[in-house]
Amino acid sequence: MSGDQLKDAVHGVPMVSGTTAAPTTAASATALGVTSAGQTPSSSATHQVSMPVVPLRYPGRITVAVILVVVAALAAADVALNKRYHWDVVVGYLFAPQILSGAGLTLLLTVVSMTAGILLGTALAVMRLSANPVLSTVSRGYIWFFRGTPLLVQLIFWYNIAALYPVIALGLPFGGPSWVIGSANVLITPLGAAILGLSLNEAAYMAEIIRGGIGSVDKGQYEAARALGMKRATMMSRIILPQAMRVVLPPTGNQVVSMLKGTSLVSVLAISDLLYSAQIIYATNYQTIALLIVASLWYLALTTVLSYFQGKLEKRYGRGFELTSGKTRKRRKRSAA
Amino acid sequence: MSTAMVEAQGVRKSFGPVEILKGIDLRVEKGSVTCLIGPSGSGKTTFLRCINHLEKVDAGRLSVDGSLVGYAERNGKLYELKEDQTAQARLDAGMVFQRFNLFPHMTVMENILEAPVRVQKRPRAEVLKEAQVLLDRVGLGHRGDSYPQELSGGQQQRIAIARALAMKPKLMLFDEPTSALDPELVGEVLDVMKDLAEEGMTMVVVTHELAFARQVSDQVVFMDQGVVVESGPPEQVLGSPVHERTKSFLSKVL
Ligand SMILES: Nc1ncnc2c1ncn2[C@@H]1O[C@H](COP(=O)(O)OP(=O)(O)OP(=O)(O)O)[C@@H](O)[C@H]1O
Ligand SMILES: [Mg+2]
Repeated sequence: MSGDQLKDAVHGVPMVSGTTAAPTTAASATALGVTSAGQTPSSSATHQVSMPVVPLRYPGRITVAVILVVVAALAAADVALNKRYHWDVVVGYLFAPQILSGAGLTLLLTVVSMTAGILLGTALAVMRLSANPVLSTVSRGYIWFFRGTPLLVQLIFWYNIAALYPVIALGLPFGGPSWVIGSANVLITPLGAAILGLSLNEAAYMAEIIRGGIGSVDKGQYEAARALGMKRATMMSRIILPQAMRVVLPPTGNQVVSMLKGTSLVSVLAISDLLYSAQIIYATNYQTIALLIVASLWYLALTTVLSYFQGKLEKRYGRGFELTSGKTRKRRKRSAA
Repeated sequence: MSTAMVEAQGVRKSFGPVEILKGIDLRVEKGSVTCLIGPSGSGKTTFLRCINHLEKVDAGRLSVDGSLVGYAERNGKLYELKEDQTAQARLDAGMVFQRFNLFPHMTVMENILEAPVRVQKRPRAEVLKEAQVLLDRVGLGHRGDSYPQELSGGQQQRIAIARALAMKPKLMLFDEPTSALDPELVGEVLDVMKDLAEEGMTMVVVTHELAFARQVSDQVVFMDQGVVVESGPPEQVLGSPVHERTKSFLSKVL
């Protein structure tokens, strides 16, 4: 054992233990070897308290990170320098009016269909969980049908609804009086068919997600709400659904993102959404890849923005469930002051 | 004789083929404290839930402050109440649960305000003042902004009591309010309940805290297998029980 180690032992032990026995033993030089072996636990505990701590290092992580950065940089350089990507064309079309209005329409379709889908889906989820067998069967059947058929087929069906029902009217069956609302061709525009198709399809998926969320809420919450005299509607809207939100939001975020990209299916209805607008342009100038990159950049940008709002919402509905949220800490400080 | 707060005559309740309550007879006077004791599965919770209209009574008569639970009596016939009418009738009794059941997504203050404002439609400012008084009374006046999960079990249960009291109930029902608590937290909840009893609140308490029952209650009811085996003043039921089943239960609990 070197002189330094001896000093450590002599300094370290009394600082913590405060006993006189330890330094005496350590100082008796002849017994040094025996002492250091016999007192290993106590002296290592001493080191933990009195010595500066050197944090554990992760050399593996750094190596992997360096390799990844190099690979990414090489790939980026190749993509940037490869003339065949036609970056000049990408930049030129990125903010072209046609592309911008296409992106706007895609966002509109997403927001409207998603909102309608969530509202209808909530109703379907509540129906599905209802004690009324008629309601729950209707909901089950709806979900079965709309999840079980391709969205593309549903969209084309709504687009062609006029072939099945040329006139849309409200009235009594078997020749009773009826009020003509209008011709189906006029009422169901391509955009209308798109929104109808996307919303009804989305509702089926949202219903299942929301049902799962509702199921995650503790049964005691129903008891407490009922014992406080709440009617079913109040109980659901004030107590159960807000708690279900916590479980519902992450998968709903996924739904929003796949809806955003799923709207590109409506290009079959000749609606000039983002993808269709890009297709129209490359049909004339043959810059297929460049325009698909333009469209993808916009899809990425929109996804990023929507994910940001998802994060905000998740925080909002996580309140009371995470003890260490920023808000809690702030409030704690306030009440302590 | 004035009307009792709770009056049960031959109350029966089954879940499917299994009869849980097999004819309960019980009378709870206004301003009195009744402790319900009995082995697990004897139907104590079920009976409490019947009083609060959370379960339908299958047979017999159960009335709270003179009005029948679940039914309206007109012209010698019983008419089943609609869901909304039942919700209204439920306001007569406040209920405190074993597992507190506070609303975790609301602060303590929001928990207390929710029902008086949304259900009873009372002005928020007025309820807010009362809620603060209630919070002070249960010793948690400074925790209005906390979320339930930031509080200890004992504190949560005291909040749950304040939440029930904010509805100004005629009667308070407690279902094993201290069973889920660490032993050192039981006292603070029982203290709040003792204060409440002293103020003259009518209370029905399912509990295993026999010391509390002896000290606070006017009546102890021993239930077993869906019937009331024995009831009377605490000295009698706890001190010198008549029935064999009561004796053996007490010897196990003590
Ligand atoms: N909703 C229900 N459906 C079916 N059975 C039920 C239901 N609620 C209670 N039971 C049954 O009724 C019996 C009595 O239950 P209850 O909760 O009233 O007993 P308890 O006296 O409160 O017991 P504990 O001391 O364990 O709380 C139990 O066997 C229980 O399984
Ligand atoms: Mg029980």
